[in-house]
Amino acid sequence: MWSQRQSLLRRVACGVEELRCRRREREAALRKARRERQLVSKRLLREAPEEAAEEGAAAVLGEAEIQHFLRLAQRGTEEKKREEALVTLRQGLQHLETQQTFIRLEGSMQTLVGLLTCNRALLQLEAARCLHELSHSEQSMVAEACLPATSYLLTYLSGHSSNFIELCLYTLGNLIVESEAVRKQLLPQGIVPALASCIQSPHMAVLEAVGYALSQLLQAKEAPEEIIPCILNSTLPQHMLQLMQPGPKLNPGIAVEFAWCLHYIICSQVNNALLITHGALSTLALLLLDLAEVVQRTEDAGLELLACPVIRCLSNLLTEVAVEDVEGQMQLGDERVVAALFILLEFFLQKQPSLLPEGLWLLNNLTANSPTLCTSLLSLDLIEPLLQLSSLSNMVSVLVLTVLCNVAEKGPAYCRRLWPGPLLPCLLNTVTLSDTEVVGQSLELLQLLFLYQPEAAQDFLQQSGLQALERHREEVQLQDRVRALQQTALHG
Amino acid sequence: MLLPSALRARLAGAPGAAEPLPVERSPAARAAPFGFVPRPVRFPREHEFFEDGDVQRHLYLQDVITQVAEAPEKSRVPEFTCQVAGCCQVFAALEDYQHHYHMMHGNACSLCSRAFPSEHLLDAHILEWHDSLFQVLAERQDMYQCLVEGCREKFKNTQDRKDHMVRLHLYPADFRFDKPKTSRGPSMPGAIADLSTRTLADDGDAMEVCPSPMTLSSAPVSEKRTYSHRVPSTICFGQGALRGFKSTKKKNKHH
Repeated sequence: MWSQRQSLLRRVACGVEELRCRRREREAALRKARRERQLVSKRLLREAPEEAAEEGAAAVLGEAEIQHFLRLAQRGTEEKKREEALVTLRQGLQHLETQQTFIRLEGSMQTLVGLLTCNRALLQLEAARCLHELSHSEQSMVAEACLPATSYLLTYLSGHSSNFIELCLYTLGNLIVESEAVRKQLLPQGIVPALASCIQSPHMAVLEAVGYALSQLLQAKEAPEEIIPCILNSTLPQHMLQLMQPGPKLNPGIAVEFAWCLHYIICSQVNNALLITHGALSTLALLLLDLAEVVQRTEDAGLELLACPVIRCLSNLLTEVAVEDVEGQMQLGDERVVAALFILLEFFLQKQPSLLPEGLWLLNNLTANSPTLCTSLLSLDLIEPLLQLSSLSNMVSVLVLTVLCNVAEKGPAYCRRLWPGPLLPCLLNTVTLSDTEVVGQSLELLQLLFLYQPEAAQDFLQQSGLQALERHREEVQLQDRVRALQQTALHG
Repeated sequence: MLLPSALRARLAGAPGAAEPLPVERSPAARAAPFGFVPRPVRFPREHEFFEDGDVQRHLYLQDVITQVAEAPEKSRVPEFTCQVAGCCQVFAALEDYQHHYHMMHGNACSLCSRAFPSEHLLDAHILEWHDSLFQVLAERQDMYQCLVEGCREKFKNTQDRKDHMVRLHLYPADFRFDKPKTSRGPSMPGAIADLSTRTLADDGDAMEVCPSPMTLSSAPVSEKRTYSHRVPSTICFGQGALRGFKSTKKKNKHH
């Protein structure tokens, strides 16, 4: 399913350059929205492929036409005709102009809700599709006009028609992000229990849609206070974790949605201990192993979209595990976790280098308090590949050096394995950089090495390392440490 | 980035932890001006560290339009009729039939054939409409269960329940699946077969919460909006309203 979707994506990509340009523009818009804390996205479900071609042809509908089609849908004599009227209306509703005309037209939403709840299944479906188009509108006013339909959309979630449930879920997911007012209505109407029952559906498409709707709900600004406690009180967390359980049944599309849900929950720090007791750490660690396994044999499957939230969840959860428990907890002492993480780092480097810092952040959280994993890093010969990353950017550099400090601070046995080797040329390079943070972290590492492995000081001296340090003597944040290091190197 | 070749084999191998090297920290390690302390770092949701990943996620969300275009063609078959007794809907596609079956017969009352969108609503309906014990008990204790799934509140009568649903759950006052039992209810045994055909063939329900056609057509949408406060005859409020299955027949003839 995963690869199918991606290949479709490529088929659509007619003009690669044009597509790339559009993507860049959208990316910039998203970044801006995120900084303004306005990052919301909606999903659009449009089924029939033949309609995609007609999309351009679908006309903007005027008031009279909307009225005409609504009346036809409502009172036509032939069911087929009634259905067609709604199809035409829905195609018209792809245009913002039609959407605006529609919501201004008195009684229109009532009629549509009437059709949504009528006893003609196919008319109901078409009415739901009209609502879906409205829910996807770029104008809040349009989406908010759908409010009278939410109690029905929620009621239908307990039905049997999976297509219909999927459509209702995506529509609700779109409405959720519209405003706090919408959510203030959906919560008392019972969206959390409704999702908790939907998540037990056997249909993959429904499960993915549940994940989408839930992730939209969890992104709300008020989620930590108003929404996450309700969700943690429901059966949702256990089911979410079950759907992220690696194995042949794992569906990446579904796992992505729930991994993001879990990320929003964990980083809000409401009750992460509860998630840990439900086995979140071991599920996530096993999923990480599975992902590393899959990226080696699958090309271009978009797995970074799943790896990213999984890494975030693990990393943030690790900060809540007591120091002495890190190795005891689940597979966290398992060196395969480190092996998997490095395979994913290599994958990010090729696919999405912007995610490298997140991977290194997890490596930091894994190694900070774990002599076992620090030892694995050494015994699996991972220091050299780690150093190869450090030239990518200052941020990556600092993270790499921090991980090395985690290893070095464990004492002489660790430093002996770090030195000599590729670390010396790397440090000789980083101390010449101008970024204060990179140099500062290099100095910390040098100090640990000089202390626990005095030979390192001699090597550094011989390679004119001290001259390289000279250039930072005047920098306020660095000069004390530079002087101290020079002292140690010269006088032992 | 060159990974050691043994790494992949290690990943595929059995779980196992390394025997940690001895840890020997010296107090001198943190002597000023140095101060490195290993610590796991936590990032909150809005931290800029997450910007790149979040942007990727949202690009993926928005791309779905191209991703779900794969919906299979409907399987066209010769027209056929729904096999459920009393239902005479005709279909040309299996998917349409499936959807119809789930929606109309998935949670249908076996006594009066009314279709419900959920088991919860069907259960409530059967209890309240067809269970004589319920009526007896309802006189003594709160028996009307809230129709919102997940809410366990019970009420003395449907009016109290409606108030609760409107006030607490923000449900519409004319919630379509909360139709009170009327004097002409379908519990009369003789009427069952007749009713089943009629309800299913009845299109009128579609308009239950709709405004009358007059309202729709006569509303010129201009800056000056004219709201009609006329309550459509098909909308019923409270216990007293008459709304039996029989009334719909007349309505159908009407237009």
